[in-house]
Amino acid sequence: MSDPRIAGASVTQFGKHPERTGRDLFAEAGLEALSQAGIDPEDAEALYYGNFMGELAEHQGHQGPLMAEAIGLDVPATRVEAACASAGTAVREAVKTIRNGEAEVVVVGGAERMTNIGTAAATDALAIAADDLYEVRAGMTFPGAYALMARSYFDQYGGSHEDLAHVAVKNHEHALVNEHAQIQQEITIEDALEAPTIADPLGLYDSCPITDGAAAAVLTTEAYAEEHNLDAPVAITGTGQGGDNLALQDRPHLAQTPAADKAAEEAYGDAGVGPDDVDFAEVHDCFTIAEVFAIESLGFYERGEGIAAARNGETTRDGDRPINLSGGLKAKGHPVGATGVAQLATVAWLLDGSHPRADAVPDSTVGVAHNAGGTVASTTVHVMEVQE
Amino acid sequence: MTESAQDGEYDAWLDSIESGDGYYLECSNGHGWLPPRRVCPRCHDQELSAVDLPESGEIASHTTITVPTPQFEDDAPYVTAIADFGPVSVTGLVRGVDPDDVAIGDVVGIDVGERVTTGERAVVFRPR
Ligand SMILES: [Zn+2]
Repeated sequence: MSDPRIAGASVTQFGKHPERTGRDLFAEAGLEALSQAGIDPEDAEALYYGNFMGELAEHQGHQGPLMAEAIGLDVPATRVEAACASAGTAVREAVKTIRNGEAEVVVVGGAERMTNIGTAAATDALAIAADDLYEVRAGMTFPGAYALMARSYFDQYGGSHEDLAHVAVKNHEHALVNEHAQIQQEITIEDALEAPTIADPLGLYDSCPITDGAAAAVLTTEAYAEEHNLDAPVAITGTGQGGDNLALQDRPHLAQTPAADKAAEEAYGDAGVGPDDVDFAEVHDCFTIAEVFAIESLGFYERGEGIAAARNGETTRDGDRPINLSGGLKAKGHPVGATGVAQLATVAWLLDGSHPRADAVPDSTVGVAHNAGGTVASTTVHVMEVQE
Repeated sequence: MTESAQDGEYDAWLDSIESGDGYYLECSNGHGWLPPRRVCPRCHDQELSAVDLPESGEIASHTTITVPTPQFEDDAPYVTAIADFGPVSVTGLVRGVDPDDVAIGDVVGIDVGERVTTGERAVVFRPR
């Protein structure tokens, strides 16, 4: 069994591109990833592709073959859907395909077009990641669901909106040098606290923007990389996935994310590492509180202690374990179906030194990507390590 | 207006709440769920029976939503909450109280109300 190497990766500029089709966005990322990998497209044997709201935003289902065609591949192509964890789940399928020897070269990616339908329709489309009968019909929105979790966290463990503001300020600051980021704008604690409320206690700056964008990566075997002299020092050494009840009301805890606990445990076990070995992580901060859940589930903090991490400077770029050096979903943007692969690309670039924030983690060898779907009813965790 | 089909046991459950005979489904091990449900996802038991829903529950968490979906445009701002009714929790709209006065632990009754924007039915909690 060979741990897949990341031979090439690419993300488009994340932001508002209402006039760009999903297939055009994905073609840009996919062609660039293939070109960077230096792999003959004829050698690609499969595509796993993440997308969430294509039917609603573009009236387009069956996107697997469409996207393979868009990047010039004639391969079995499968769309993977797990809400905001669609691309993380696609990565997992790609890893399994390489590991079980079914293919030597696999393209994995994702794309989402969201701004063309406007904020109200996008809010509606995102809400269908929740339980339609019991949550959406009770007025639940995606921010609303995380607001319920945030309030429950404050009630059980303490913490305040101001703690969350520190997460937002940190991630905005991290994104300042990321040319792919949707928002490259510094904000203050006051900005975050005074921003309009979306679903209390969460305000505008606790929430990731609505984003168009795509990401792609080319995975290959160690043997193929050696044989073709590819520059592919980073391997995916651990993969994990966890699930939970879809509706918040059916879970024993509103202030914990056990699906992420399970995914982390599996991924760490698979890679043979533990939380203390991890130098940095890209986590799913669709809302500021989500970053807190993520760093607790990844074992970086005890339950109830993740809330103070950003405020204490521990997860900032000059802290001991930087979180979301890309700016996270919060500032980088969250084109839902592309996010998991954009995280994979970011971790690879931070490990190989080519990311603009790589100076924050020099000599790092282990990075983690955490991608969550819905209110964390789906989660994937991937461990990446520098080989040699 | 085109007539749409009933959403099976979900609409039947709303009817039961509306008529004051609310229930939930309980497995032999006491895990509670809302219909439709054929198996307990916690213990795999398929012997689910209808049990009377307690008359009151406690707010477990709540939020006032100011940016709604289009189906709730005219309802906003409104309070959505999860209320704990013992073995089962339910998500609904909190009415009959100022949003600023809703708190975790508040005791509420369950009812069915109309959504302002669409006139469709929704679970509603009121203080009691
Ligand atoms: Zn049971």
